Amino acid sequence: MSPAFLLRRLLLAVPTLFGVAVVVFVLLRIVPGDPIAMMVPGEATPEDIARLRESYGLDKSIPMQFVIYLDHLVRGDFGVSISLKQDVLTLVLGRLPATLELALVAITLSVTCGFTLALASTYWRGTWIESGVDAINSIALAIPEFLWAMLLILAFAVLMPLFPISGRIDPMRATAFATQFYLVESLVRGQFGLARELLGHLALPALALALPLIAVIARVLKSSLQEVMVQDYILLARIKGFSNLRILTREALPNALLPTITLTGVHFIFLVGGTVLVELIFAYPGIGNMLFGAASNRDLPLIQGVTLVFALLFILLNIAIELSYALVNPRLRH
Amino acid sequence: MPFDRPNAKRRDILRATASALVLPGLQFLPRDAWAQAGDTLTIAYNVSPPSWDPNTGPSSVSPGLSSIFRSIYDPYVVQKEDLSLAPGVCDQFAWNADKSAITMRVRKGVTWHDGRALTPADVAWNLNRLATLPAPLQSIFASIKNIKTAGDSVSFEVTPWRANMLERLTFLGCYLIPPHYYEKVGKEGFEKAPMGSGPYMIEQFERGSFLRLKAYKGYWGGAPAYDTVVFKFATDAATRIAEIERGSSDLAVDMPWEEFDRLKAKPGLSGVAHPTTDIAMIFLHNIGVMADPNVRKAAVHAIDKKLIVERIQRGYARQIDTLLAPQYKGYDASITTPYDPKLATELLAKSGFSPAKPVEFTVQTTRGYKPKDYETVQAIVEMWRRVGIKANIEVYEIAKHFELRTQHKLAPAAFYNWGNSTADPESSLGSAMFSKSPHTSWKGGEVDAALSALFIEKDEAKRMAGYKSLNKTIADNAYILPLFQFYQPVVYKASVDFKPHLAGFILPQSIGKKR
Repeated sequence: MSPAFLLRRLLLAVPTLFGVAVVVFVLLRIVPGDPIAMMVPGEATPEDIARLRESYGLDKSIPMQFVIYLDHLVRGDFGVSISLKQDVLTLVLGRLPATLELALVAITLSVTCGFTLALASTYWRGTWIESGVDAINSIALAIPEFLWAMLLILAFAVLMPLFPISGRIDPMRATAFATQFYLVESLVRGQFGLARELLGHLALPALALALPLIAVIARVLKSSLQEVMVQDYILLARIKGFSNLRILTREALPNALLPTITLTGVHFIFLVGGTVLVELIFAYPGIGNMLFGAASNRDLPLIQGVTLVFALLFILLNIAIELSYALVNPRLRH
Repeated sequence: MPFDRPNAKRRDILRATASALVLPGLQFLPRDAWAQAGDTLTIAYNVSPPSWDPNTGPSSVSPGLSSIFRSIYDPYVVQKEDLSLAPGVCDQFAWNADKSAITMRVRKGVTWHDGRALTPADVAWNLNRLATLPAPLQSIFASIKNIKTAGDSVSFEVTPWRANMLERLTFLGCYLIPPHYYEKVGKEGFEKAPMGSGPYMIEQFERGSFLRLKAYKGYWGGAPAYDTVVFKFATDAATRIAEIERGSSDLAVDMPWEEFDRLKAKPGLSGVAHPTTDIAMIFLHNIGVMADPNVRKAAVHAIDKKLIVERIQRGYARQIDTLLAPQYKGYDASITTPYDPKLATELLAKSGFSPAKPVEFTVQTTRGYKPKDYETVQAIVEMWRRVGIKANIEVYEIAKHFELRTQHKLAPAAFYNWGNSTADPESSLGSAMFSKSPHTSWKGGEVDAALSALFIEKDEAKRMAGYKSLNKTIADNAYILPLFQFYQPVVYKASVDFKPHLAGFILPQSIGKKR
């Protein structure tokens, strides 16, 4: 993959983001819900409503609002949140690291467990282990992440109180972080006790997000491995006397990776989208939790800002996935 | 009576399944695994502060945030658990003889969290801010004029006259902030590090996750029982239930009644369900068939509110027949609209309707915005069906309700709740029935004329008599359909001494330790 290709993809992101901005702006004006009507209490007068509408620029026509929005957007101004009364970009960037850490832990869990299950079920094909893995996959896929979240709270936070129920950090801990990447920062600083505590808070939400993806990865990889395992070069490897484990991990796995990466990438994007409900249930202060609050309050600038950042994230993820193809498939490097 | 949910979404079904799986399982579990330190009170709470300016923006008018704001900021005047006024930062307060102005004496010895004295000039600065700041309730506070300080007192005129101005100074939007600090750090600096003069100071705030407060040693009202208070923000009821069940929170608010009953019966936990200043009602809009008094009266008399309270609210509500709950000023227990399906049938017959030839209209409702809102409307629709009313349920989001209401475009019937923590009829009946208000559905000259006179009536006895009379007119003519007063469920550890507040506030400074 050439730098020119990469540059082209990044440039293509601009019209994509513009399209997202247009769609989100128009949709938010079509769906029911007036942010000012949501805000005012029962004793407010029509004059109060008109004044607030004017102060938030909602008294102007929708095309005019869109022009103003775009004008601000190109200058990097995402507007001011109606409910949080702060700069949208600052708010979103402040919460994004929490979601990224959650997603990162979830994807790490998904890949590790998914690969392990796929390899185990292929290695012990035809045994009870394969049946067991298939059963686990079916259950993991059948239950959506928010239901997993509730079941995990019951099992590992209440029944066996191994992990905290909510939050990102113990409320009693007085710790000042220089960045919003708490986990990364604690690891870099060598504060492993703190990192363990942060991981404890991440464990259940990450697992709730990861479980469906674990099943997807395990299924796709297992299917790919089984296709590869009947190829002639695998037979040749057997004739040469390579061990089953070596054939599986060194010969079959690299050739079975491509479809898994494709699907993992697509599902990772769904996983990031799934953080909204999971963050809400675990009171995890990420961007998904903030989006829920913004949607409840019809905080139009904040919804627009979060959606644009999500869109940018998805574009970057897609580019990263394409880059990873090139890494695993030599033909794509040329 | 069918209470099934034919329109339930897949997500609702999954959620219900999850709750059915998870919540009953909790009763077999060991509790108190990670109990908090004795000097810390942890509250599993459902509302997180979006911003910290208590005088403007959506935060300033969110009743749910009053619990938190009252911990950090002082109001001008204290509102006790029964909603009566009591001395606070202003230890004396009164209208003048002709009720044109209010004078308040500022208590000596009150300090801001930085130790600096809270002065009458500070109070005047805050009143001026309240009167001039663009805020959701600016029209009300714009009545504050000609603010003057004299010695330890502050006085201001109330023009135009507002009967409940003193009551208003106890909560929404009316918290004091330090002028010297705000002017020094600015709007953004204040958002980052808010300061007040209340019983607690902010120690750490993790937006959307938790708020940790530390008792302010210099508080004029004395030291609270708990030195540290943690509000854990758990929007989902299942999370709050898990928090109290496990023992990692000392107190949890707002949960389904089934869970409340289960939790309070557990050893080591107590529970209280107390009435709040929030009522359920159905707005009636005099358009189409709803302009017919027989239809409206039949709709009122056909509803068995007692049954709704007992079956749907599990007894945790109180049926009402006027917009005023028993704890409000001007409440008159003699005004009733009894359940009488026979009378409802007769009224409908006068207008040519019967169960065979029903009158038809739309009733709008939210689903899940308030406890059992949709189920309540379903039950009502069934009760109406029996007398000859065919109501078609339209479910919408609360945002849609607000939008339609401000445009006066609600359906002939629309379920809603109305809070009134001032306990003054002007804040409920006045706003909900005055047609010039953006929050009313009824359009009527009779009601408007009566309210216009009551809004400027300065004789309190006459004002209350007027509201009682108007309430009777409204009930007799079925201009609105009051249903019941909501209760608030609170579950707490047996070691916690919790005192309910009629406005539904959870005030850490009022929570003690049981010996």
